[in-house]
Amino acid sequence: MSVNQQTHTGPPYGQPQPGYQGFQQPAYGGQSLPGAPQSQYGAYNGPVPGYQQPVPPQGYYPSLGFPSKGSPVSLNSDTSLAPNFIGSLRAPPTSGAPPPASGASHPSGHVAYSQFEHGDVQNGIPASAAPVQRPPASQPFLPGSAPTPVSQISTFQQYGPPPGSVQQLRNHMAGMTIGSTAASAPPPAGLGYASVPPVSGSVSATGSGLYTPYSASQGPPLPSVSQALPVAQPPFPGQTIPTQRLPAQVPGFTPPPPSTGVGPSSYPPTTGAPRPPAMPGPPLPGQTVAGPPSSQPNHVSSPPPPSAMAGLHPGPPMSGLHGPPPPTHPPQPGYQMQQNGSFGQMRGPQPNYGGAYPGAPNYGSPPGPPPPPKRLDPDSIPSPIQVIEDDRNNRGSEPFVTGVRGQVPPLVTTNFLVKDQGNASPRYIRCTSYNIPCTSDMAKQSQVPLAAVIKPLATLPPEETLPYLVDHGESGPVRCNRCKAYMCPFMQFIEGGRRFQCCFCSCVTEVPPHYFQHLDHTGKRVDFYDRPELSLGSYEFLATVDYCKNNKFPSPPAFIFMIDVSYNAVKSGLVRLICEELKSLLDYLPREGNMEESAIRVGFVTYNKVLHFYNVKSSLAQPQMMVVSDVADMFVPLLDGFLVNVNESRTVIASLLDQIPEMFADTRETETVFAPVIQAGLEALKAAECAGKLFIFHTSLPIAEAPGKLKNRDDRKLINTDKEKTLFQPQTSFYNNLAKDCVAQGCCVDLFLFPNQYLDVATLGVVPYQTGGSIYKYAYFQLETDQYRFLNDLRRDVQKEVGFDAVMRVRTSTGIRATDFFGAFYMSNTTDVEMAGLDCDKTITVEFKHDDKLSEDSGALLQCALLYTSCAGQRRLRIHNLSLNCCTQLADLYRNCETDTLINYLAKYAYRGVLSSPVKTVRDALINQCAQILACYRKNCASPSSAGQLILPECMKLLPVYLNCVLKSDVLQPGPEVTTDDRAYIRHLVTSMDVAETNVFFYPRLLPLTKADVDSDSLPAAIRNSEERLSKGDIYLLENGLNIFVWVGVNVQQSLIQNLFGVSSFSQISNALSTLPVLENPFSKKVRSIVDMLQGQRSRYMKLIIVKQEDKLEMLFKHFLVEDKSLSGGASYVDFLCHMHKEIRQLLS
Amino acid sequence: MATYLEFIQQNEERDGVRFSWNVWPSSRLEATRMVVPLACLLTPLKERLDLPPVQYEPVLCSRPTCKAVLNPLCQVDYRAKLWACNFCFQRNQFPPAYAGISEVNQPAELMPQFSTIEYIVQRGPQTPLIFLYVVDTCLEEEDLQALKESLQMSLSLLPPDALVGLITFGRMVQVHELSCEGISKSYVFRGTKDLTAKQIQDMLGLSRPAVPMQQGRPLQTPEQPVISSRFLQPVHKIDMNLTDLLGELQRDPWPVTQGKRPLRSTGVALSIAVGLLEGTFPNTGARIMLFTGGPPTQGPGMVVGDELKTPIRSWHDIEKDNARFMKKATKHYETLANRSAANGHCIDIYACALDQTGLLEMKCCANLTGGHMVMGDSFNTSLFKQTFQRVFSKGYNGEFRMAFGANLDVKTSRELKIAGAIGPCMSLNAKGPCVSENELGIGGTSQWKICSLDPSTTLAIYFEVVNQHNAPIPQGGRGAVQFVTHYQHSSTQKRIRVTTIARNWADAQTQLQHIEAAFDQEAAAVLMARLGVYRAESEEGPDVLRWLDRQLIRLCQKFGQYNKDDPNSFRLSESFSLYPQFIFHLRRSPFLQVFNNSPDESSYYRHHFARQDLTQSLIMIQPILYAYSFHGPPEPVLLDSSSILPDRILLMDTFFQIVIYLGETIAQWQKAGYQDMPEYENFKHLLQAPLDDAQEILQTRFPMPRYIHTEHGGSQARFLLSKVNPSQTHNNLYAWGQESGAPILTDDVSLQVFMDHLKKLAVSSAS
Repeated sequence: MSVNQQTHTGPPYGQPQPGYQGFQQPAYGGQSLPGAPQSQYGAYNGPVPGYQQPVPPQGYYPSLGFPSKGSPVSLNSDTSLAPNFIGSLRAPPTSGAPPPASGASHPSGHVAYSQFEHGDVQNGIPASAAPVQRPPASQPFLPGSAPTPVSQISTFQQYGPPPGSVQQLRNHMAGMTIGSTAASAPPPAGLGYASVPPVSGSVSATGSGLYTPYSASQGPPLPSVSQALPVAQPPFPGQTIPTQRLPAQVPGFTPPPPSTGVGPSSYPPTTGAPRPPAMPGPPLPGQTVAGPPSSQPNHVSSPPPPSAMAGLHPGPPMSGLHGPPPPTHPPQPGYQMQQNGSFGQMRGPQPNYGGAYPGAPNYGSPPGPPPPPKRLDPDSIPSPIQVIEDDRNNRGSEPFVTGVRGQVPPLVTTNFLVKDQGNASPRYIRCTSYNIPCTSDMAKQSQVPLAAVIKPLATLPPEETLPYLVDHGESGPVRCNRCKAYMCPFMQFIEGGRRFQCCFCSCVTEVPPHYFQHLDHTGKRVDFYDRPELSLGSYEFLATVDYCKNNKFPSPPAFIFMIDVSYNAVKSGLVRLICEELKSLLDYLPREGNMEESAIRVGFVTYNKVLHFYNVKSSLAQPQMMVVSDVADMFVPLLDGFLVNVNESRTVIASLLDQIPEMFADTRETETVFAPVIQAGLEALKAAECAGKLFIFHTSLPIAEAPGKLKNRDDRKLINTDKEKTLFQPQTSFYNNLAKDCVAQGCCVDLFLFPNQYLDVATLGVVPYQTGGSIYKYAYFQLETDQYRFLNDLRRDVQKEVGFDAVMRVRTSTGIRATDFFGAFYMSNTTDVEMAGLDCDKTITVEFKHDDKLSEDSGALLQCALLYTSCAGQRRLRIHNLSLNCCTQLADLYRNCETDTLINYLAKYAYRGVLSSPVKTVRDALINQCAQILACYRKNCASPSSAGQLILPECMKLLPVYLNCVLKSDVLQPGPEVTTDDRAYIRHLVTSMDVAETNVFFYPRLLPLTKADVDSDSLPAAIRNSEERLSKGDIYLLENGLNIFVWVGVNVQQSLIQNLFGVSSFSQISNALSTLPVLENPFSKKVRSIVDMLQGQRSRYMKLIIVKQEDKLEMLFKHFLVEDKSLSGGASYVDFLCHMHKEIRQLLS
Repeated sequence: MATYLEFIQQNEERDGVRFSWNVWPSSRLEATRMVVPLACLLTPLKERLDLPPVQYEPVLCSRPTCKAVLNPLCQVDYRAKLWACNFCFQRNQFPPAYAGISEVNQPAELMPQFSTIEYIVQRGPQTPLIFLYVVDTCLEEEDLQALKESLQMSLSLLPPDALVGLITFGRMVQVHELSCEGISKSYVFRGTKDLTAKQIQDMLGLSRPAVPMQQGRPLQTPEQPVISSRFLQPVHKIDMNLTDLLGELQRDPWPVTQGKRPLRSTGVALSIAVGLLEGTFPNTGARIMLFTGGPPTQGPGMVVGDELKTPIRSWHDIEKDNARFMKKATKHYETLANRSAANGHCIDIYACALDQTGLLEMKCCANLTGGHMVMGDSFNTSLFKQTFQRVFSKGYNGEFRMAFGANLDVKTSRELKIAGAIGPCMSLNAKGPCVSENELGIGGTSQWKICSLDPSTTLAIYFEVVNQHNAPIPQGGRGAVQFVTHYQHSSTQKRIRVTTIARNWADAQTQLQHIEAAFDQEAAAVLMARLGVYRAESEEGPDVLRWLDRQLIRLCQKFGQYNKDDPNSFRLSESFSLYPQFIFHLRRSPFLQVFNNSPDESSYYRHHFARQDLTQSLIMIQPILYAYSFHGPPEPVLLDSSSILPDRILLMDTFFQIVIYLGETIAQWQKAGYQDMPEYENFKHLLQAPLDDAQEILQTRFPMPRYIHTEHGGSQARFLLSKVNPSQTHNNLYAWGQESGAPILTDDVSLQVFMDHLKKLAVSSAS
């Protein structure tokens, strides 16, 4: 085995490896198991002579995989996939397949083919050919294929153990591929078997579907494919692709053949075991056992085979898994099973997707499918880019009409219009699933969290209308008597309109006389279309005095700017900058509707160890400064003149802002206080009897003697210990209490931090966090580079729409209940989310649990009611309604999930978990939950198939890759250069993120700038986050919502550099640039417009970082190439996929 | 007698001293039988036009426990260049500078006419005077405006190099930084929280001197109190700044809801003022000037809650022990007063409000530190404006009539001991051989601190004769007392004024007539009154009256001439004749009677009584009444209801009030407008005469008296009617209808009745 591996990896991969190793190996290591499954397929092939055909594909894959890359296997798998694709897309003919693949892919394809050929020879099947031709070839190859698998497996296993080594990875990959191939193979097998397993037919379909998806990943069809393809296949393609691309690989390819040989060998084992193994991943070992013999034939592997066998079992973690299953799998039934399984996958997806995916028809032909692949793109593991592209293409054009219950909206990455016809726009609410299990048992079984991500004040594109304001008069909004739900489109009017039955609790309530209206013949109120609350999903009520604090209508809110004027702040120029900016910014305070001027009053405070309040009353000739040194017992020294109308006090304010920097220009005070600053703002608002927002600009750890004084407790040694959680917890409970007071007063705190060292974001952030505020952090703030970013954030933060003194409550149909909430807010009881301030970017994630049964007929309803004070001081209620379907079949659940939302929930859940559990535990829990979700699907929804096959629900096929990104994020797996503050900061950020933000945050967008069409407005097509997809000759842009990196390859054309940076050579590019120089040429314009466009899409201004290839900063950049193995130990996508697969198999066995 | 009167007057003019007895009984026993204690009224800084200060250090007795200053009473051996201390008899060498001394070449301090001499000495750095304004902003707009104007005006009256500071308070307390350009800056403190001096200094950022100290330049710190510069600035530098600042002063912006008093943090404001000066200028002359327009209503030192429905404490409440904040508040202000006094800073209180402002609780601030206490109805009255202006008045030589940080040291010859002092001073607890165990007033010490004094500030100092009966004093022996007053002159010079006086001893048994003849009944009345008022501060009013009565009876028994049990035979010698009358009026005075006075008024009156010189004190005890009529030139008339005649204009000066009262006829004439007719110009002159005289009094009096112009039957006539001896009342009907005066509707006894009783008791053998 080892030999095989080496051979495989070594030569061929050697070159490719660099990239691949990093990425794939680890993942594969984990996945080696999957490989096993493939082997199983192989086994199938083996066992079922008739079905050999299917086998071939397997063999094919393996062979392909081997040849293609170090991760030969993967290549094989890819190839296998490719074949499929090819089949589908083009004529099965081998030749056809290769060419289709992209230039880059071609090589691999070719290789693969070549391999196949070899494989064919050796394995017979290898299916590579087989895959293409699958049906026919399969039989003959079967035997051969079987052996190959074994060899592969063995290799995988061995590699598996040493995950670190590239080879291993590859092996794993291979294994994966095998699995995938198996999957793909299965279809054929299915076909072959078709007769045997009833499913077969469907299977084939699925198979094709599966393939298509993969191909889709390459091309459009993906969706259908994705289901079946599940992980296994994709990875291979991906691998292959990279290899192909890499020039080095090419040479490698030659070697691949040998690898193929190996592959075959691996298959063989599988084949032997395959069938059985198919069931469980583990079977592989068995396969291997079986394989050995085959392996021998295939390759040198023969010796290895045995060892491989052993190796397989023991070696890779897989082994463990494999171990047990193998035995079982071996049995012929296994074959069927396998077939079924493979079919199952096929089927599973098909049924679900059946309707949705046009692919289905293709499936019919699937066997032929090998043809499907248009191109022979090696990417075969699910590609986020592909999924995003597909969704964009499929759903971006038509408006999303919300009238239908339980409709899954387009992805967040897709631009679409929303037409509100009774349900809230997905911009307001997104759910993890739009089809809720009827019973808690189902929910528990599936482990799919039921959650809604709510952004109550979301900004709508100009084309969509804002929620209408409804005034129900003095008696206030019409509500259900019992559950107090607000009037909404789902309320049933009965008795001719005299009463209505609550859609949430079924209680019948009298319609107030002033609200009475007759019903038409359909039972609808005659004024249905006249009243937003009857026809729309989102609308606002004007609140009456009963909804106000102290039964008094609120005063207009106030903004208080609190500026740190300690030495650091002054010296860095920050104070001057802020003051300058405020002068103009104050004219842009949020206004209500078309009001002439903002009702918001402003106040100013500066502070270091003491606080300085300013009296800026309009009647004064000069502002007055009032120093409060009694920080132990904070109070507001003045009332009149502190909070003023900007227009009235314009000159005084201007004078103040002019003088602040001067006054403190010579300060030597380095110590600051913090809690008293918040207290001061709070007291000021209390005194003024209004809600408001504090903008605090702070630079250092507050060590001055005062309440809330902090000490430096940063200790990196705590990382990865049980005490790590303390780094996320506040140092003192003082801030929690303070936050509580702030919330009670409606005092929202926005914190701008400019630290030069540790300042304990975890503690300082408590109040902003609990009051619904934001935190902005500019580490090592430098005027030249960071001012633009800071000012943009500040402008946006000041100007953005915000509600104050908000209380949100989510009501649900009887049967489920909102049980848990995530976000920046405070809760004094279990149902009401209280926020001192809620702006248009803040999101609250709500989790639901069953407390009873739901019915399929009535579905499940959510009503989110947000009571808040508008920026003009108007008290309002914003209502969002959403209706969901309910299901009794798990398959329905899996078909209506939204992975992005799921990840949003999981990330928030995990990020909260780190407060109470060791990070390791949190990570394991995440992995486990996802494994359960997928295992449940596999068990209940996918048609039976080889255990070695990784089958993912179409809707969740990106779950592993995204989850891996979450696991690798700084909070859960910090690298050496990530500070404690960074982690706390990110934790805070993520907690309030909406789905779009988490999506790009965890899986950054990587755009090849050099591919951009300078003549169009469109963005260049994104590529996957992996280093191997970067070309030295190109410039790339990567954005994750916080940063924008511009990566410049060493071989970029000089003219491009000149055009973009205005310097003549690569070496002259300064990475100190914080903006791109403004140059008058199409390329520069295009790039800058892209950057501007991206900035415009995010709620925060992203930091622009120029990264030169092979420069120091590249380390930082690579951190964001999330499909690769990360320096901090995060698994590559492929490795993780393998691992996931292993977990799933463990669960299934 | 004339001689004694002259002697007394001469002594007073030269030394500012008036003794109750000018011949002293030579034994302890006899002295106690004299009833009126041996005591004196000392005006340490009495203005002396003819006293040029000498520019050298005084020569001190070398005995450490004595340290008396060389004076004309000392025996000098010109040949040996020795002098003998006349207090401890220590023989002292003259210092080298006195080498040329001889009988014909005497230093000033040895000349008899220099029994009072003033030295200018060079000690320590000269620090400018400090004026720290503590201003209440919880005022009506008009009041605040007036106050602001007064304050702005005062800036021009200050010595240009004086340091000024400003603290304003209302609900919060603001310490204004004066050195800044542009934005005016102030430090704000919560009005409800008492802070220690340390905390205050930390919060004001005054604790920095530690830094230079560490850098090894400790010597410079005392000379360059740089730290304080932010809050206390030379007037000439920040004149404009401060004027603007005062101009922009807003009323306390915190809303006062219906039925509430504004929240006023007087206690904390004072505390901060004291803390500020304590930290920056200890032992330097400084005035904290508190301007308040109402009672403290929150924080330490609060006198009344902010609920208007609970009225501020009255004497009735205090007697019923129903003044819940009083004790605590008093304690707070006492602590402050003591701290302030310890640092030589004085606290003035200018309280202008129609209701009480808590002077009762705050009185010690002024009393212990020698500060002024001014009470008025509003800052927008001439009473306040002129009084305040007069604080900065200058003496004949163009110097401010104020001195700071005085330290009064009293030395006595062996036959005498010091029993105590009553006046605006604080004990320095200097024990010594001449300190008596029997305390009268503030005793137990031979030194007192007077943080602020002016030329009229007068202390009563009580002595005890300790010479035993069996140790007769040699004939012609004299007792001596030396008063040594170190103080900071308004020019910031350090000065020492030394007054040495001597009196003859006399054996009371054999020379009682000498002693009797040398009795100063005016001084005695004031000294007894001070004792009485001092006791009244701590005792129940009736007890004090009883004590006074008893003392009077005993005095009459001792010095009256009478036959036992025959009241009609009772006679008093001329030197005692007025004394009972003084006591009669004292008993009726607001110093001892609280009826009809609020606690604040009582405190106010008592405050002034305890620091004015003899003449003013007598006016307070027995107001002066002048009559103006066509019957003759203006004349002083009896303070008696019989003096109130229809054709007279009366001018009464009670020190606190100047009342001009038009008799019934005069008032009618005035109404008829005769004064405007040329033919009745004399009537116009008659009307004008008292006004001019009143004006004269008003010009010199501090504080400005309340000026009352009334007429027969006018409501304000009560001021007059309550003061005059009610010789005619509704009870003695025989007076009804007579033309001899106006009956007073009162049950108070008249002087006649009082005297009758006194005689009866004095001659009674039973007592």
